[in-house]
Amino acid sequence: MTVEHTIEVNGLVKRFGEVRALEGVDLLARQGEVLGLLGPNGAGKTTLVRVLATLLKADAGSARVVGLDVQRDAAKLRERIGLAGQYAAVDENLTGLENLTMVGRLYGMNRRSAKARGRELLERFELLDAANRPTKTYSGGMRRRLDLAAALVAQPPVLFLDEPTTGLDPRSRLSLWEVIEGLVSEGTTVLLTTQYLDEADRLASEIAVIDQGRVIAGGTPDELKDRVGGERLEIRLDDAAHAEVAARALASMADEPPSVVGEVVRVGVHRRSGAIVAAVRRLDEAGVGVEDIALRRPTLDDVFLALTGHAAEADTDETKQENKDE
Amino acid sequence: MRRLVTDTLIIAERNLIRLPRAPELLIAFTVQPIMFVLLFRYVFGGAIKTPGFSYADFLIPGIIVQNIAFGGFVTALGLNEDLHKGLIDRFRSLPMARPAVLAGRTLADVVTNGLSAAILIATGLLIGFHFHTSFLHAVAGFGLLLLFGYAFSWVFAFVGMLTSTPEAANSVAFIAVFPLTFISSAFVPVASMPEVLRGFAEVNPFTITVNAMRSLWLGAPAHNNVWGAVVWAFVIIAVFAPVAVARYRRATGR
Repeated sequence: MTVEHTIEVNGLVKRFGEVRALEGVDLLARQGEVLGLLGPNGAGKTTLVRVLATLLKADAGSARVVGLDVQRDAAKLRERIGLAGQYAAVDENLTGLENLTMVGRLYGMNRRSAKARGRELLERFELLDAANRPTKTYSGGMRRRLDLAAALVAQPPVLFLDEPTTGLDPRSRLSLWEVIEGLVSEGTTVLLTTQYLDEADRLASEIAVIDQGRVIAGGTPDELKDRVGGERLEIRLDDAAHAEVAARALASMADEPPSVVGEVVRVGVHRRSGAIVAAVRRLDEAGVGVEDIALRRPTLDDVFLALTGHAAEADTDETKQENKDE
Repeated sequence: MRRLVTDTLIIAERNLIRLPRAPELLIAFTVQPIMFVLLFRYVFGGAIKTPGFSYADFLIPGIIVQNIAFGGFVTALGLNEDLHKGLIDRFRSLPMARPAVLAGRTLADVVTNGLSAAILIATGLLIGFHFHTSFLHAVAGFGLLLLFGYAFSWVFAFVGMLTSTPEAANSVAFIAVFPLTFISSAFVPVASMPEVLRGFAEVNPFTITVNAMRSLWLGAPAHNNVWGAVVWAFVIIAVFAPVAVARYRRATGR
């Protein structure tokens, strides 16, 4: 049997009592790509990862990872996957090296090779200096890197990363992103959940937007952005009182009427080149002063807002439900 | 099967190497039981009549059994912590033997229990406790003690997997086990209790185990207590190990 897709999810359903965490999810990921699972807290992202990582049984539907059924072949599958999450699952009382050695041995390596592999990973993740310190002395970013290192001990072809950078400072996020990009360039398939749109934009080659247990949109980041529309001009006026005049002056530039929020006017443009000059000329003729003007591509934030009708912000009540119920 | 043994040993090693790094646990293991020995011996001891034994001889087997039963406490707390920090998720995503996380924990308890029992015996010897039997009997008693403690570690493993917070694990375990240890022959002769309590105390596994210890260490009449205690330990393991492992298989973190 040839495996066409590294991750294949069909009609996955999971309920926790009354809470419907997954309501028929379909997903496909090819080998060596990052599939970004984007959605607010409580959308079902974590539940999906837990089902795929063999931690949770689905109520209906099927899922295969590297050709193995997540339920029937769970034991075999566990040798081929790595899991790292937002909670940085390392033993705080063990040193970095002890943690990685333990994980390696639990994958079936002998003590010596587990230790060697641990050292190799610590070096790669710039943790060698802290190798013999208990991990409770590590910073948040260091723990997250160690957690990711633990997921990589057995060089799994598939990696599940559940909100790997949540709560990290910008510098740690960036360095974790670089590590993930390195892994993907070596052929690792990654399923990445995130609520950060910039993260999905940077890392994912394919994105599935998930909300309330369903995949509501999918495609490359560019395809998703195109779906929301092309580029837009964002103009900040020096006086909100002139907004109506400005909107009228700009109306002929686009098919849809410009939108006005306070002193900011937004208008869609057909062609990028010359758009700013044209807009400034029109506004100047109309006698409207401009404070700032910029051409903006839609962000995944815009995508999310357009698709779900609400911004990609935390919805903590639902998260608690999802996490508490079993 | 080989996988189960090696994985269990790996987890037991993990729990033991972290022990010296959390000194508050070591103190709980050592200072607290010594304190209880001294309190019982010198505060209550004078008022409690123990026909046939000095109170020091009577007390030490009882208090050691109580202490060993609580030794599994760390297992409940530790598993609960692992659950909440996501470590159980990590373990469950690894190709390791399913019961190993719990079996490794309870195995590590045997080592710490042995340590704290040795400390209590030493304290006992200082305050007037004597072995009245042969060396082999004393060693057999020590073995029974560890078996009984191991059985209770599985009770605590279940409690740790069942409760949602370490605080809850703490109070459930305490409320369930503490009365059990007191309504027994551990500190006073059961003959001195009201009839209802005495009826309970006489079938209580603690009483049976404490009496078994007294026969192995002090030469008290054995009756069926030694076998009874061994059977109790195996029954407790047979009940709680499967339910704890079943809980683990379905455990969800956080």
